Amino acid sequence: MAEIKWTTADPKGVLTGAHYIDGNHAACEGALAAGCRFAAGYPITPSTEVVERFAARIPLVGGMFIQMEDEIASSICLQGAVWAGLKAMTVTSGPGFSLMMEHIGFAAMTETPCVFVNVQRGGPSTGTPTLPAQGDMQQARWGSHGDYETILISPSSPQECFEFIIDAFNLAEIYRVPVMFMMDECVGHMTEKVVIPEPEKIKVVERRWTDKKPGEYLPYQPDPEDLVPYMVKAGDGYRFHITGLTHDERGYPAATDVEIHNNLVRRLCEKITKNAHKIWKWEEKDTDDCDILILSYGISARVALRGIELAKERKGIKVGLFRLIVVWPMPEQRIIELAEKVKAIIVPELNIRAQVAREIERIVKGRCPVIPLGHAGAGVHNPEDIYNAIVEAAK
Amino acid sequence: MSTTLRENPVEQFLRTDRMPHIWCPGCGIGTSVNCFARAVLECGIDLDKLCIVSGIGCTGRVAGYLRLDSFHTTHGRAIPFATGLKLANPDLHVVVYSGDGDLAAIGGNHLIHAARRNIDITVICVNNFNYGMTGGQVAPTTHHEKVATTTPYGDPEYPFNLPDLAASCGAVFVARWTTYHVVQLTKTLVKALNKKGFSFVEILAPCPTLYLRRNKLGTSVDLMKYFKEKSVIKHGANTKEVGLETYDKEIIVGEFVDIDKPDYLDNYNEIMKKRLGDKFQPWGR
Ligand SMILES: Cc1ncc(C[n+]2csc(CCOP(=O)(O)OP(=O)(O)O)c2C)c(N)n1
Ligand code: SF4
Ligand SMILES: [Mg+2]
Repeated sequence: MAEIKWTTADPKGVLTGAHYIDGNHAACEGALAAGCRFAAGYPITPSTEVVERFAARIPLVGGMFIQMEDEIASSICLQGAVWAGLKAMTVTSGPGFSLMMEHIGFAAMTETPCVFVNVQRGGPSTGTPTLPAQGDMQQARWGSHGDYETILISPSSPQECFEFIIDAFNLAEIYRVPVMFMMDECVGHMTEKVVIPEPEKIKVVERRWTDKKPGEYLPYQPDPEDLVPYMVKAGDGYRFHITGLTHDERGYPAATDVEIHNNLVRRLCEKITKNAHKIWKWEEKDTDDCDILILSYGISARVALRGIELAKERKGIKVGLFRLIVVWPMPEQRIIELAEKVKAIIVPELNIRAQVAREIERIVKGRCPVIPLGHAGAGVHNPEDIYNAIVEAAK
Repeated sequence: MSTTLRENPVEQFLRTDRMPHIWCPGCGIGTSVNCFARAVLECGIDLDKLCIVSGIGCTGRVAGYLRLDSFHTTHGRAIPFATGLKLANPDLHVVVYSGDGDLAAIGGNHLIHAARRNIDITVICVNNFNYGMTGGQVAPTTHHEKVATTTPYGDPEYPFNLPDLAASCGAVFVARWTTYHVVQLTKTLVKALNKKGFSFVEILAPCPTLYLRRNKLGTSVDLMKYFKEKSVIKHGANTKEVGLETYDKEIIVGEFVDIDKPDYLDNYNEIMKKRLGDKFQPWGR
């Protein structure tokens, strides 16, 4: 049995009470509540408030923030902190996220638990710094070179920025992966009531420390059940080696060994795909007997609620909402069940290349039409467009 | 008659289960590692607290051969990784050991910023005047007019003066030796390991397989003779004057900078204490 140790939040990091803050500030508070004690970052709109709040708050909480010289540095600096024993994250937006790709792969390969927050803005390139998009969803999944799997979480409100970033840290520790916390400008800058519970009510996962002694310990020997190896930190006498090269269970390079490479890369993927049912998180509304299903995530799912209401009010169309909270891995079985019942699935998202919709299509395999409802970003969908798509699909 | 085989004292620091290593015969990297291991033996640091971080390259493989907590990171990024490691646990002694291309080309930005911040780490740069691992391409350390695979007709650029770069950005300890100067190098490494703040040691080393062969500079033995003949020891030399623009220039070696000033964490803790008073718990002190 894989040993996952749950505890409750360290009270030092928890600002219990009701606050009126935006998603960026809420994400920072969530990270502190989750036990994050190190952050490295580089300012970029629309994510800057997260690093600013970190810089102000973390010295009071017993942690450290450093503004590095660029995002490449931030994304590897935080991994040094993780191997020194802390929980750590970085935060950025489009251009910075692109610069971080090599180190997302390094975290995947070395199984370094950490969180990358991306407050998405429009691209490509400098794009629309101050306006929202959901155009980095495929990049967040597979933007680094090589095969790997990771976990993507998408919040729809400041309250969820607080709550779900705690999930992000917990999942990062359980599966030893970089978790992508995919916000967008809208959620990041939206100010709402955020309720932070008492520390005893916040569940936090401890690192998967090994119980083996130096000499017996193999850094990359996976747990037979969930395929995740146990960890050590620098300074404890293990004299371990970590490399981004293909490595054996000792952590030693084996970069020309086809079998070791095959086993390693498969395990890195399977520790997510085989445990997917423990990672999935979604929300359903009126899906019991709906004719049309809206499947969405983040700010787009929230905007879709209005389009759904309009379809009910004006035409009496039964529309359900399926909101992905964990976007990757996807709850395939449930999506298939619904696809067998509904007339069509509409996927509103703030990108025009159907970055998530094409995955739904792959899962649904023609059981019902999947209609991507793309928007280039720099704004959100007009609910009327969602309404029109529903009416069209219901014909 | 019985003979006792004496174990090489540095063997305890090596991952002997990973031998043979990948380095070519005559390569200077191994010599530098030997000096480093001897320095580790002498430095008095608790070895369980000594971490080594490398980037990518022939020199980047050093981390993998040392029996310490060791991290083989990405090309150019050993310094920011080391920064995170050190700041997150200031009890650790963190050494970055990497090549000239890794530290001064792709990682140049991190080098200057870590020196400026005066992060308490030791950076050891093996300068073999080219990119060894990838087959001998030009580096920002290649001598003017010398040949590399990507400057087949000679390098039109001028190399970095690495000690001056580190010193002018704020390093508190800066030195240079060649792999000929094993005794001096070992002593300097002991000092660098124990120095608080950002220390930088450049080690000039032969890459016989690529740089020497392509430029018809002879064997590693010839390069040792060259190092011996061209080197001038000038402790405290003005780093402005130690550049290695051309191959025939004299090589100034020695300990150039050794000053004391507060490191990043000293300053961080002092400022936080001033502004936050009792609400702030000094970090790692
Ligand atoms: C991002 C990235 N770019 C390029 C490379 C290829 N590469 C590997 S080592 C190296 C140069 C190493 O040169 P140096 O640091 O001088 O080390 P040496 O091999 O000479 O010891 C390069 C360009 C890489 N691994 N990663
Ligand atoms: S290529 Fe050059 S630097 Fe690399 S191991 Fe061979 S001699 Fe050393
Ligand atoms: Mg080199």
